[in-house]
Amino acid sequence: MSYRVKGNTGEWEVVIGLEVHAQVISKSKLFSGASTKFGADPNDQVSLVDAAMPGMLPVLNKQVVEQGIRTGLGLRAQINLKSVFERKNYFYADLPQGYQISQFLEPIVGKGNLTLDLEGGETRVVGIERMHLEQDAGKSIHDQHPTQSYIDLNRTGVALMEVVSDPDLRSPEEAGAYLRKMRSILRYLGTCDGNMDEGSMRADVNVSVRKPGDELGTRTETKNVNSIRYVMQAVEFEAKRQVKVLEDGGEIVQETRQFDPSNGSTRSLRSKEEAHDYRYFPDPDLLPLVLDPKWVEEIKASIPELPDEKKERFIKDFGLSSYDAGILVIDRDRADFYEEVTKGGDPKVAANWVTGDFFGALNKSGLTLAETPVSAKQLGGLIALIKDNTISGRTAKEVFEAMWETSKDADTIVEEKGLKQISDTGPIEAAIDEIMAANPSQVEAFRGGNEKLIGWFVGQTMKATGGKANPGMVNQLLKKKLAG
Amino acid sequence: MSNLTHLNISDALDGMNKGDFTARELTQAHVNAMEETRELNAYIVETPEIALDMADASDKRRAAGEVGIMEGIPIAMKDLFCTKGTQTTAASHILEGFVPTYESTVSGNLWNAGAVMLGKSNLDQFAMGSANITSYFGNVINPWQREGSTAPLTPGGSSGGSAATVAARAAMAATGTDTGGSIRQPAAFSGIVGLKPTYGRCSRWGVVAFASSLDQAGPMTRSVRDAAIMLEAMASYDEKDSTSVNIGVPSYQKALTGDIRGLKVGIPKEYRIDGTPAEIDQAWERGIEWVKAAGAEPVEISLPHTKYALPAYYIIAPAECSSNLARYDGVRYGLRVDGESLDDMYERTRAEGFGDEVKRRILIGTYVLSAGYYDAFYNKARRVRTLIANDFKKAYETVDVILTPTAPSPAFGIGEKMDDPIAMYLNDVFTVPASLAGLPGISIPTGLSNEGTPLGLQLLGKAFDEETVLKVAGVMEEAAGFSALPQLMAGGK
Repeated sequence: MSYRVKGNTGEWEVVIGLEVHAQVISKSKLFSGASTKFGADPNDQVSLVDAAMPGMLPVLNKQVVEQGIRTGLGLRAQINLKSVFERKNYFYADLPQGYQISQFLEPIVGKGNLTLDLEGGETRVVGIERMHLEQDAGKSIHDQHPTQSYIDLNRTGVALMEVVSDPDLRSPEEAGAYLRKMRSILRYLGTCDGNMDEGSMRADVNVSVRKPGDELGTRTETKNVNSIRYVMQAVEFEAKRQVKVLEDGGEIVQETRQFDPSNGSTRSLRSKEEAHDYRYFPDPDLLPLVLDPKWVEEIKASIPELPDEKKERFIKDFGLSSYDAGILVIDRDRADFYEEVTKGGDPKVAANWVTGDFFGALNKSGLTLAETPVSAKQLGGLIALIKDNTISGRTAKEVFEAMWETSKDADTIVEEKGLKQISDTGPIEAAIDEIMAANPSQVEAFRGGNEKLIGWFVGQTMKATGGKANPGMVNQLLKKKLAG
Repeated sequence: MSNLTHLNISDALDGMNKGDFTARELTQAHVNAMEETRELNAYIVETPEIALDMADASDKRRAAGEVGIMEGIPIAMKDLFCTKGTQTTAASHILEGFVPTYESTVSGNLWNAGAVMLGKSNLDQFAMGSANITSYFGNVINPWQREGSTAPLTPGGSSGGSAATVAARAAMAATGTDTGGSIRQPAAFSGIVGLKPTYGRCSRWGVVAFASSLDQAGPMTRSVRDAAIMLEAMASYDEKDSTSVNIGVPSYQKALTGDIRGLKVGIPKEYRIDGTPAEIDQAWERGIEWVKAAGAEPVEISLPHTKYALPAYYIIAPAECSSNLARYDGVRYGLRVDGESLDDMYERTRAEGFGDEVKRRILIGTYVLSAGYYDAFYNKARRVRTLIANDFKKAYETVDVILTPTAPSPAFGIGEKMDDPIAMYLNDVFTVPASLAGLPGISIPTGLSNEGTPLGLQLLGKAFDEETVLKVAGVMEEAAGFSALPQLMAGGK
């Protein structure tokens, strides 16, 4: 079902495009040697270049360029062998140069695409228009002094990637799925940590509405939204607001808006008329960036298996559902964890365990995957015990809980607690004989045709063996004995 | 000892090597000369203590057998180069009091080569001007005067302080920077040698930027050989300047063979401009005769897009300057004039901190880059720039160097042309094309005007072929035998 905003005049379609600003993982800044580490004291990571001292010149960081190329390749995009850094001119106290070095007419990455993983395992491909590299600005701090603002230049000059999507998204959910997938890809590539709460990933949200089939409407741009949930809220709010404006006979003003997380609304920041004239022009301090195609090929060869390919492989090789595979590949650690678990044997059982009990336990204890008390190998060990009939699935849950508490291996716990499944026919047969002897009327009823009673006999046998009897064997033996 | 200030660098190096005098003595003589010629206003800051300390250190090195290529030579540093611990202003109020914590690559190279800093020489504010009248610290006076007149003349600009102090024998040499002629034109006005190297030859790191795609540092000296020595000391590939070019620095003195036989010297017909004084053309003709006499072959060439160079330059240079000067905002260093708000603070600081010419160029630059005008001005100017570079490329398929006048007039009086920016901009008409093409050029003094003031001729070369330029310049210098001295000079005439 497509997402529609219901208005008085009928249903409206929402058109969304996202500009994601992702901080590049690199040791130093885009054009200076200053560190990019998060959490340093204010103005502790500022070089002469970052502070725009007289006569200072930018020097392009090769590591950032490599990260940009990796990202472009990860977005299945065209890598432009020639790109140009330009200056975007405007005044602000946390922009020491008075311009941001960015890419404008000739970005490093051209058209690409990204696959959305939607509810129920559905997928949809959306277009990427371009990606370019640019400098981040510093931070203005307005709440430290009654009349003055403080400036922290640590972030000034840190490299950002700006990924611009086509206006291909059609609902808040798709916007959310886009960002989740983008984050997933960037993390797989190791080009951005995707930590939106630290500001390493932010989005500008372009929204317009139209009657299905109409031309594109006028859009607004909500700037710098810093969580997936907020992006979804901003889309929803903007869509409804725009529908109301249009249905009330008004016009949408092309403008920049700001998101207010306190109530999920957006408000006007500046209109198109007030928009800056950035006077972009090629930065004369930098030569055009020309890439050696061999280098691009080398980088390509080093790209890891990305979530889409991994998902395909999990479906194909492990027989997983699209949904389970999708959940398992969201991040690389998870996927790696799962693959390690599959070494225990049955990949489908492994998937059920990882996505079910294991993620459940992680969530419940508020731990990250890295902090898990049960390693992938241990979980694989548990599954191996199920597979070779050492324990039953039900016992496994008990064993898992004990593993979670103690971080011990599954077989140790099975040993210690004596939970080993009874697969000897002797004790099971003895138990069955006893039950049959004690319940002649039930035996009579079964033999008289009430075959449903088999369940009751299984239950009694399991009870008698303390749950340790191999259920398959119990079934088999019961059927034989009851048949007389 | 009294004539130490009249020595060329090459002679002074010999003298110190032979032990005739020390770097300290040489420096002391120039410190005295600097004081004596203060009326020229050639320096924004004099640094005699630093000079003498550096001279002493130089003498120690020489005693220890460590002799750099500029060992013990006292020079003036244009106040556009950031010098660690010494105020650097770009002749502006907005940077008054700014003391860099770093040393520009070029000045650092010179100190490493043994040179001694006498002080920071005056210039047009942010190197914008052709008469050194836009300095916040007052205009520089040319040591030359017209015959029978004591009316002050301009030394040219923007490297006017550098030119004046070298001409007045108060420094053995000086650094200059040339964006559209700022080394060559003041050299011509002041009767000295000024060399603008190929763009990318000297690092721009630590030089206050005017127009990044054009700015280039170079030597200002009293002989071609001195220019060769000093360029070798200044030039380097610098990883900190992405536009610096990784080509080895040759020993430029070796190029001064005196033999230019068989070289083809291009004479561009488009440089014969209506209204140029006859004496300029006559000086040019003399120059042509000299190279011919030395066995080179003058060849008439065409640089068809020459007339578009000046307008293109006055779009590109202001465009870059409008952006380069945005950093002077009162937030981090230099002048701050408080205001009601951030924008108000910017406006007051920049209104008070920048001079009129700087403001004019920021306005022009902002305009030509703005939406709706960008293609008509900035982009068109860039296309013109490419055409001009191609003109030169084509010319150099047939000639080895190009000979032209340096400036369309000799030094003019302070106060003349002041109210007409366009007339002032015309000073650069012969120097700007090579700047746009990034090519090396030298101005050498070749004689005196009818008024008794110096006239210069310009030689332009192929990219990174400073050697041929210097070689031909050396031969012309010899032929010219320029030995006239300015009126206002240390020790008197």
